[in-house]
Amino acid sequence: MTPVLSVRGLEKRFGAVVAADALNLDIATGQKVSLIGANGAGKTTFVNLVTGYLKPDSGSIALDGIDIGRRSPRNVARLGISRSFQIPQLFIELTAAENLIVAVAGARAQALSFHAPAEAHDGKVLELLERFGLGGVADRPISELAGGVRKLIDIAMALVRRPKLLLLDEPTSGVSAEEKFATMDRVIHAVAPDAATIVFVEHDMEIVSRYADRVVAFYQGRILADGDPHNVLKDAEVRRFVTGGAQ
Amino acid sequence: MKHPLVMILLVALAALFGRVLPAWTLSLATVAASNALIALGIVILARTGNVSFGQGLFYAAGGYGVALIANAWGITDAVAQMLIGAVCGGLLGLVIGPLIARYSGIFFGMLTLALSMVFYGALVKTTALGGSDGFNVGRPSLFGMVFTDPREADFMLYAVAVVTTGLAGIAATILFRSELGLASLAVRENDLRVEYLGISSNRVVTINFAIAAVFAGASGAFALMAQRHIDPQFAYWTTSGEFVFVAVLAGYQSVAAIFVASLALELVRSFSNLYLPNTWQLVLGVFLLGVILFLPRGIGSLWIGKGRKRVEPAAVRGAAAQKEAAQ
Repeated sequence: MTPVLSVRGLEKRFGAVVAADALNLDIATGQKVSLIGANGAGKTTFVNLVTGYLKPDSGSIALDGIDIGRRSPRNVARLGISRSFQIPQLFIELTAAENLIVAVAGARAQALSFHAPAEAHDGKVLELLERFGLGGVADRPISELAGGVRKLIDIAMALVRRPKLLLLDEPTSGVSAEEKFATMDRVIHAVAPDAATIVFVEHDMEIVSRYADRVVAFYQGRILADGDPHNVLKDAEVRRFVTGGAQ
Repeated sequence: MKHPLVMILLVALAALFGRVLPAWTLSLATVAASNALIALGIVILARTGNVSFGQGLFYAAGGYGVALIANAWGITDAVAQMLIGAVCGGLLGLVIGPLIARYSGIFFGMLTLALSMVFYGALVKTTALGGSDGFNVGRPSLFGMVFTDPREADFMLYAVAVVTTGLAGIAATILFRSELGLASLAVRENDLRVEYLGISSNRVVTINFAIAAVFAGASGAFALMAQRHIDPQFAYWTTSGEFVFVAVLAGYQSVAAIFVASLALELVRSFSNLYLPNTWQLVLGVFLLGVILFLPRGIGSLWIGKGRKRVEPAAVRGAAAQKEAAQ
C-alpha cells in the first residue's frame, strides 16, 4: 500500500540538541499511529516538521508522493494535513461556532467572503459541534469554556478540511483520569468519518494501547521502536527509556 | 444589527439634520464626519491586530490626487472628488499593503509612520506641488449645482460627508459580521493558527489595509474640499496621530462609537480652544486620559458591554426561535 506520509532521512538540530536524527517513517492510509517518548524525545518536533512549522535541516517529507518539506503550514494544510495542539490554539474572543466558521471558510477553495457566513456553513459547523457533543456551546465564547471542551473544539477545527492525515498533539492532556477514555472514544468516533489516518502524540500508555494500531517510540530524536502496541510497549529499551516500566 | 434600510434612513436623517444645525457647527461636523471615515479605516485594520500610525500617507494621497485632477481637468463635483480620493488612496494601499502585511505589531506601526514621513518629505521638496506651502483648489459643486452662498456650500459638503461616512459605516458593520470580519479577529488573536487553517493571514491584513486606505483617501478628499487648500501637513505624523486618537477613543467594537468619538474630540478641541486658548492641548490630553482610564475598551464599550455581539449559526437561531415559540 502506498504510504500517505513518507519521511526519509529527516534531520533537525537546535544547536547541539538533535531533535530529529535521520528519521525514516512510512504511515499507511487508515492507520492510527501513536507517537510516544519522554519529554524532549522529538515527538512534537516531528509533528512541527510534518506540518511545515519547522523546516528540516535535511531529508524529505512526502504526502501522497508530493514533497512538503519546505512548504508553509498553510500550503501543507491545503494539501491535506491538519493538526490539533497540545495547548488548544483557539480564537478566545470568538464563540465556538465562530471558531469553526473561520475553519470552514479556510477549507473552502474560494476567497473569504464579504457576506455573513452562509447557512450551508452553519449546518456544517453545527453538525461538527454535535458530533463532538458540543451543540450546546455553539454560541458561547471560548474564554468561558473549560479546557477539555476547548481541546475538542481544537480537534473539530482541524477536522473541517477532511484531512488525509490528522495529527493530534496529546488529545487527552488536561483531561481527568476518569474522563480520558470517554474523551478519546468521542474523539475517535467523531474523527472517523472525516480522517482516515490519525497520528497522535500521547503520554498515557493506557490510551496508546487501547486506541493505536501502531506505536512509534522516540528517544533523543531517533525512533527507538516501531510496531504494534503490544510488542513496542513490551520492548526492553522502550520500557527503560520511554515508559519507565508502565504498561 | 439593525436592518441596512433602517441604517440608511438614519444616515439620511443625520444628513438632513444639517438644515437645523447652527452655521458654525456645520464645518465642525463635516470635519468630524471626515475624521470618522479615516478612523473607521484604522479600526477595520486594528481588528487584525495592526495599528497604522501613518494613515496621513493615504489621506494626503487622496487629497493631492483630487487637487491635481480637479485643477487639471476642472472636476469640481464633490461626489466625483470623493471617489477620486478613494481610488487614489486605495491604489496606493494595494501597492503598499502586500509588502507591509508581512510585518506586525510595532514594526507594522513604525513602517506605516516611516512611509508617511517619506511622502511628507517628498511633498515638501516638490516645488511643482507648491512645496511646503501647497496649493489651492476651487469651491466644490454637486451634480452641476454651484453653491455661492457659504451656508449652502457648507451644508452640501456636510451632507455629502455624512452620507459617505454613514454608508461606509454600514459597509463596515456588514464587514465586521462577514467571514472576512471573523477571520480578521482570528488573525488578531493567533495568525499562526489561521495559517494552519489554510487562510493567508497576510492576505486578510492586506484586504483590511486596502479598505482603510480607500477610506483615508476619501477622507483626504473631504478635507481638501473643506479647506480648498492642500499642503504636505496632510501627510505629517501629527495628522496621522489625530486619527489614531479617534480610533483609540472609539475602541474597535462599535462603528457608531467612531462617529461619537470623532464628534466628541472635535467638540472638546473647539470649546477648549475657545475658552482656554493657551491650555487647550492640556484639556484635550486630560479628556483622552479620562477615556483611556475609565473606558479602556473605548467609548463603544458603553453600549456594547462586556461581550461582542455574536454571529450565531442559523440553525441555533432557528432552534432558539422554536423554543421561544413553544413557551
